[in-house]
Amino acid sequence: MKLLTCLKQIPDRDTRYEINAAGTGIKTSDLTFEISECDEYSLEESLKLREEHGGEVAILTLGPQRAEKSIRKGLAMGADRAILVRDDEGKVTTPHAVAKVLAEVLKEEEYDLILTGTQSDDWSYAQTGVLLAELLGLPHATIVMEIRADPAQKKVKALREMESGWFQWVELPMPAVLTIQAGISQIRYASLKGIMQAKKKEIRNVELSDLNVDLSSVPEVEVLKVYFPVVEKKAEILQGSTAEVVEQLVEKLKKEAKVI
Amino acid sequence: MAAEVQAKLKGGEFLITASDPQDVFTPEDFTEEHQMIAQMAQQFMEREILPQCERIEDQDLDLTVELLRKAAAELDLLAIDVPQKYEGLGLDKPSSTIVAEKLSRVGSFAISYGAHCGIGTLPIVYFGTEEQKQQYLPKLAKGELLAAYALTEATSGSDALAAKSTAVLSEDKKSWVLNGEKLWITNAGFADLFIVFAKVDGKDFSAFIVERKFAGVQVGTEEKKMGIKGSSTCILLLENARVPVENLLGEKGKGHKIALNILNIGRYKLGAGCVGAAKAAIGDCLSYAGERQQFGRPIAEFGAIQEKLAEMAIRTWIAESMAYRTVGLIDARLREVDVDDPGQALKAIEEYAVECSIVKVWCTEMLDFVVDEAVQIFGGNGYSQEYPVERYYRDSRINRIFEGTNEINRLLITGMLLRRAKKGELALMQATEQIFSELTSFPEELDPEEKLAEEKRIVENAKKATLMVAGLASQKYGEALTDEQEVVMAAADMIMEVHGMESGLLRVLKIAQKGSKDLELYEKLIRCYIHDAIDKISLSGKKILGSVCEGDEQRTYQAALRKFCKHSLLNSISMRRNIAGALLKAQEYNL
Ligand SMILES: Cc1cc2nc3c(=O)[nH]c(=O)nc-3n(C[C@H](O)[C@H](O)[C@H](O)COP(=O)(O)OP(=O)(O)OC[C@H]3O[C@@H](n4cnc5c(N)ncnc54)[C@H](O)[C@@H]3O)c2cc1C
Repeated sequence: MKLLTCLKQIPDRDTRYEINAAGTGIKTSDLTFEISECDEYSLEESLKLREEHGGEVAILTLGPQRAEKSIRKGLAMGADRAILVRDDEGKVTTPHAVAKVLAEVLKEEEYDLILTGTQSDDWSYAQTGVLLAELLGLPHATIVMEIRADPAQKKVKALREMESGWFQWVELPMPAVLTIQAGISQIRYASLKGIMQAKKKEIRNVELSDLNVDLSSVPEVEVLKVYFPVVEKKAEILQGSTAEVVEQLVEKLKKEAKVI
Repeated sequence: MAAEVQAKLKGGEFLITASDPQDVFTPEDFTEEHQMIAQMAQQFMEREILPQCERIEDQDLDLTVELLRKAAAELDLLAIDVPQKYEGLGLDKPSSTIVAEKLSRVGSFAISYGAHCGIGTLPIVYFGTEEQKQQYLPKLAKGELLAAYALTEATSGSDALAAKSTAVLSEDKKSWVLNGEKLWITNAGFADLFIVFAKVDGKDFSAFIVERKFAGVQVGTEEKKMGIKGSSTCILLLENARVPVENLLGEKGKGHKIALNILNIGRYKLGAGCVGAAKAAIGDCLSYAGERQQFGRPIAEFGAIQEKLAEMAIRTWIAESMAYRTVGLIDARLREVDVDDPGQALKAIEEYAVECSIVKVWCTEMLDFVVDEAVQIFGGNGYSQEYPVERYYRDSRINRIFEGTNEINRLLITGMLLRRAKKGELALMQATEQIFSELTSFPEELDPEEKLAEEKRIVENAKKATLMVAGLASQKYGEALTDEQEVVMAAADMIMEVHGMESGLLRVLKIAQKGSKDLELYEKLIRCYIHDAIDKISLSGKKILGSVCEGDEQRTYQAALRKFCKHSLLNSISMRRNIAGALLKAQEYNL
């Protein structure tokens, strides 16, 4: 099977973020970066599928040069090769634009399955995988927890996570796009052998400018303000008999807190 | 690959020669692979070891074995120092040192791992015959066999070569019959294979590969220890144990070469392990000090606590600089030799035996200081098993005892240097004479523009002070100097401080060349350290002078010592506050 995993590099989740001077994002100069969590699971699923069915796992990343470090980790975990679409200035931001760029690169690639994360840990749009499928004219399944591929029949079954503890099995013809949920398996370590082999594997750099994509038709999103949640302490003491207090409380929980 | 350093210095030469910052290996020189290895080992520690720490500490040895096998199967960690030819990876020395550093947070597991990979496996790597290597190394690399090292006996600890265990060739000449009792054997509870030292016919000290399953091999009950309680430590009993003749390791009567060299190799790794444990303790202290409130504010705001945090970090950073500088030298030497020739590889490592001992002693004492202060920062909670620092405190203490006690290593530091000088491998005497001829000269003015100019001068002078007093001691006592242990130890203390100051200074200068936004902080750190260390050197120097000379002679040398140990006063209080402030902001050891 030819497997393609989209992998995004994001700021380390354990870092303490600082807002940049313009107030429109976080300062990236002192940050360390890592692979977005869902994408690690999607890579793990790809590697498992390769173990089961043979074939190849390729990594596709859009990002600046520093993303090579995260790609290298993916290669150390066992992926065979990688493509990095270089966007050193961070021009491509919205999920739609990202999907367009990825789709363009994928025109030249062969694949049976494309795996992405359900969402990324930085912006959490949960759109890129779906948009990518749409642009490539492929079927997709989102929030996938388990995959059963049947390469001979060119079919794949995917277990989707739904609301309130419900699950759904869907069957798709291949090629298809699956967006993978986090926490569904044990992610393997990059072994020492893997680490030493990783430096010999290919990371093909593709310049954004060399791709034939027109992003002018993609609506732009302007970030106006980024801020930390304001911590507030508020207490309200309800007055009246027990019955009245309970009624007021239920009302507030419904209308104000919207938790019931 | 980052720029590789070259082994321009011979062993011990740091004491008489200045180094270029480009020639020292530092953690800033880690390659991308080194960084990935560090990350992977850290992940393994955080995901697999830390969550199971309590069970490990309760000495669930099945779990320890399972984790060792997992480390082998999923991460190849047991193959790290085994040559590729025998299904290992044969990685460079920084790689295995980094792993030792990262695993040290849980001392028990780190010791189990370290004993297997180090003293358990390396004797076969360096001294085994082709057949022995093929038979054992692949299995050791995969964790199918776990190893231990049995040298110590009831009446031979530091005096390891005085072993009483015996080996006699059987009548059919097919096996060695071993008798004796080995004490304190790490991993004995589960090891499949032991490197055992015994005297053939009661006189030729030799090593043997002894499998647990051989007839006559028995393991005693577990020792009840102060720390590293989760590691296994038992007696190994050999009662007419039958060992096949081909399991003699190395040459008959040459066991001392194995015993001493293997310990030597372990020492720099133990040093790096201490660095890792210290970083973990500092990390815990930073978060605790930020949260714990007394007198209406976090204790982290108190100068007394900040001073502790800063000093813990300074010493950890210096220890790290010393350990990796040494690993870098060893590794550079190894690149020059044919590593498939164990004799050459061993010689390359042996070259830096002095540095290995320095790193062992300095880093283990650094860690004891750090964990002691950690308990203090935690107050009553530091004394409770509910908090990890209690364990750090207990786990640290063994490091000063095994791999050669710190006393034995101090004797080695001075002793080996003198021996190298006598053999003509180190121009110690010439350097010392040069200093005696310059005693009355005046120092040149310092360039006020040059960064760390005073500290560079102090390091230079620290070497002179050390060479001067050691030279005087050597003149006075000659061969009998070894009987003057207090003098030898004090000289070792001076030598170690010189190594610490210089390793740290060169690292800062290297960082300055590369550029770093934290450069100012590193400069403060190294200045604090060097100005303290030169006072320590002065104290040790005075102790030696007081005993090796008197009268006018003493006054002359005391004046010279004073001149060498001169330094300006720093506002070290404010500098340490800055260092503590940076650490508290980061909430982790990130220097
Ligand atoms: C937890 C643990 C694990 C161990 N694991 C192993 C293992 O796996 N394999 C193994 O073979 N051994 C092992 N050992 C043994 C360890 O290496 C010895 O304990 C150590 O070498 C010290 O020997 P000793 O205990 O006999 O102390 P001694 O040699 O009796 O020393 C007692 C004191 O006297 C000092 N002293 C001794 N000789 C001199 C001298 N010439 N000059 C000045 N001072 C001196 C020492 O520094 C020390 O302070 C282990 C020990 C422990 C506690």
